[in-house]
Amino acid sequence: MRTIFRIIFNGSPAYFIWVIFLLACIIQGLLAYAGQFTEGLIVTHMRDSVSWGFYIGNFTFLVGVAASAVMLVIPAYVYNWKPIKEVVIFGELLAVSAIIMCLLFVLVDMGHPERLWHMIPFIGRLNFPSSLLAWDALVLNAYLAVNTFVVVYLLWSAYKGEHYNTRIVIPLVILSIPLAVGIHTVTAFLYNGMASRPYWNSAILAPRFLASALCSGPAVLLILFQVLRRITSFEIKDDAIHKVAELMAYAMGFNLFLFGAEIFKEYYSNTHHVVHYEYLFFGLHGEPSPIAWYAWTSLVFSVVAFLLFVVPATRRNFFTMNLGAVMIYFSVYIEKGIALIIPGYTPDTLGQIYAYTPSITEIRVAAGIFGIGFLIFTLLVRIGIFLLFEKDNLVREDSALENKVGVVRPGEDQL
Amino acid sequence: MNTPENKQSEKVNRRDAIKTLFTLAAAYTATGCKRDADALRSFFQTNFREMSPEQLASTVERWERRYEKRFDREVKVSTTPPQEDVLFGYALDVSRCIGCRRCVYACVEENNQSRDPQIHWIQVLEMDKAKGIDLMHADAYYDAEEVPQEDKFYFPVQCQQCENPPCVKSCPVGATWKEPDGIVVIDYDWCVGCRCCVTACPYGARHFNWTKPSLPVNQLNPDTEYLGNRPRPQGVVEKCTFCLQRARKGRYPACVEVCPVGARKFGNLLDPKGEIRYILENHRIYILKEELNTQPKFFYYFSI
Ligand code: SF4
Ligand code: SF4
Repeated sequence: MRTIFRIIFNGSPAYFIWVIFLLACIIQGLLAYAGQFTEGLIVTHMRDSVSWGFYIGNFTFLVGVAASAVMLVIPAYVYNWKPIKEVVIFGELLAVSAIIMCLLFVLVDMGHPERLWHMIPFIGRLNFPSSLLAWDALVLNAYLAVNTFVVVYLLWSAYKGEHYNTRIVIPLVILSIPLAVGIHTVTAFLYNGMASRPYWNSAILAPRFLASALCSGPAVLLILFQVLRRITSFEIKDDAIHKVAELMAYAMGFNLFLFGAEIFKEYYSNTHHVVHYEYLFFGLHGEPSPIAWYAWTSLVFSVVAFLLFVVPATRRNFFTMNLGAVMIYFSVYIEKGIALIIPGYTPDTLGQIYAYTPSITEIRVAAGIFGIGFLIFTLLVRIGIFLLFEKDNLVREDSALENKVGVVRPGEDQL
Repeated sequence: MNTPENKQSEKVNRRDAIKTLFTLAAAYTATGCKRDADALRSFFQTNFREMSPEQLASTVERWERRYEKRFDREVKVSTTPPQEDVLFGYALDVSRCIGCRRCVYACVEENNQSRDPQIHWIQVLEMDKAKGIDLMHADAYYDAEEVPQEDKFYFPVQCQQCENPPCVKSCPVGATWKEPDGIVVIDYDWCVGCRCCVTACPYGARHFNWTKPSLPVNQLNPDTEYLGNRPRPQGVVEKCTFCLQRARKGRYPACVEVCPVGARKFGNLLDPKGEIRYILENHRIYILKEELNTQPKFFYYFSI
């Protein structure tokens, strides 16, 4: 316990500025939420026409980030590809923080958060299996539980200097792969299953979700790895970073392909349903749409980033690679946060147009939740790095890596 | 510290602590602080469908107390059960509707909708005669003083009481369901306000209380139903119930009564000699978004 406190309360000025910044975000977010809690969701710009907005958009984006930890787990465990294995635990830490943010975004979107217990199976009345939100709640919590357990267990064994028990860790890590696919698929189905909204009622929605998630989450990790290896003794090989970037290039290519397929179907068949894409990229009835600007930015960013990642020379150059990672992050953030939800509701089911953009309260509350998520992530990463790499300086660094991070490695014979 | 006896006593202590907590809570509930006790009971209140008759009675009483305090007059909350062999159906004559919106306002008064912000369970859409029934060219915000316009016709939409309701399917907590007489109802005390149902409904029929609904005391309709028109809290969803509080007592919904041109018809679909059956058998019927297989019990027809 004492050590943990020491890690949290010791650090460079930059670390403290960062933490104070996050705390400030959290406090202003709480204040904004207090206003929303008493006044009601009227302080958001959501209305009956557009009844989910920025909160659920962020939720959807973060489900993707959380799910993408699997992108690192699959190559590490299934192909037993060594350089990536060292970084898997950070993917899992990211997943845990992202899921916590997801759950918070759902919570702040509810009209009656204090009735949340109605969703607990047996105590409340969970409408399983027919409601997709019920499914989502179950898989998200299961994913959170599995990842939290693995992370805590690994760190705990590292703390005690013991070797972890493969028979506990491996099955759970393997289980987290289908769960990661599950949280994303179920979240996609939440939209996908709504026959009332033709914009979402398309069979390639779930694959599109997966493809874009496999870009955005690793984009966060790419940047993070570079920061980590600069400011800590944690070593990450260039090779690992470039491999992740390469996988992202394929995912982005696939994502663009699926998007193109969707655009083809809508515009070639040119049914009534094309209005939603019209609203997204242009506007309706001569009124320009307030979100068209975002949609085009997202599209341009994803194409440019795809090119940067697919050409080996720019992928291996750290400047262009980082540029690409930032572009991918923003592109997917817009795609999930704005371009997925809003056009689905505009025009609404009776053909009426309500031009939604988030209110100040929504942005403030969202900033607060990101503050909480980043704070959790920062602290977990610090604790993780300390326990895994810095705790025990007597052992040669190489073998420390083997014993401690390699913790997550499956016995080769078991796979 | 970790001897078995210690563990045992720890366990006992914990159990005692929990017991004390419950006793305290119970005592608190039983004593004078009625308001807080009511709040506590409301928090733990279970789903309407799981309540025993006694629980239901005390819940209804609690609500009546609460409304009386808020509105300073007697408010009746009933829980009229559905009648046997009744399946309610509605028919609307598009060729007669003049778009005067009187049904909209009668509904607001009968069903205690919020006056500010306004909630309307019925939307009347103005459409071009040249384009036919086309939602993409419909206007919900036309001026009702200037009706009917020569080249337009009017198309009211409200909850269609679907036989296969996507709203019910989507609700994560089972706060909304279809009653045996076909009416889709909402338990306002169980709804968590997630708005899945608002998204799932293809008819824009569900409305969320984005803030505390305002209902002036002198405009309250005190004759209410638990699953129908009783005043709603902030943060829950509401919608048309075919005036459950009237229909289950053999009366017409308010919109049917008020319509000046008789465009609205209502009755029991299971009664072979009823008016609704006559209309279904003798007129051209239009079902809104039939392709979605929601199977509405709300039928549009054309008498001329
Ligand atoms: S019209 Fe909408 S609210 Fe009414 S039953 Fe059908 S889906 Fe549900
Ligand atoms: S808003 Fe209420 S009734 Fe609608 S799905 Fe959510 S909990 Fe159910």
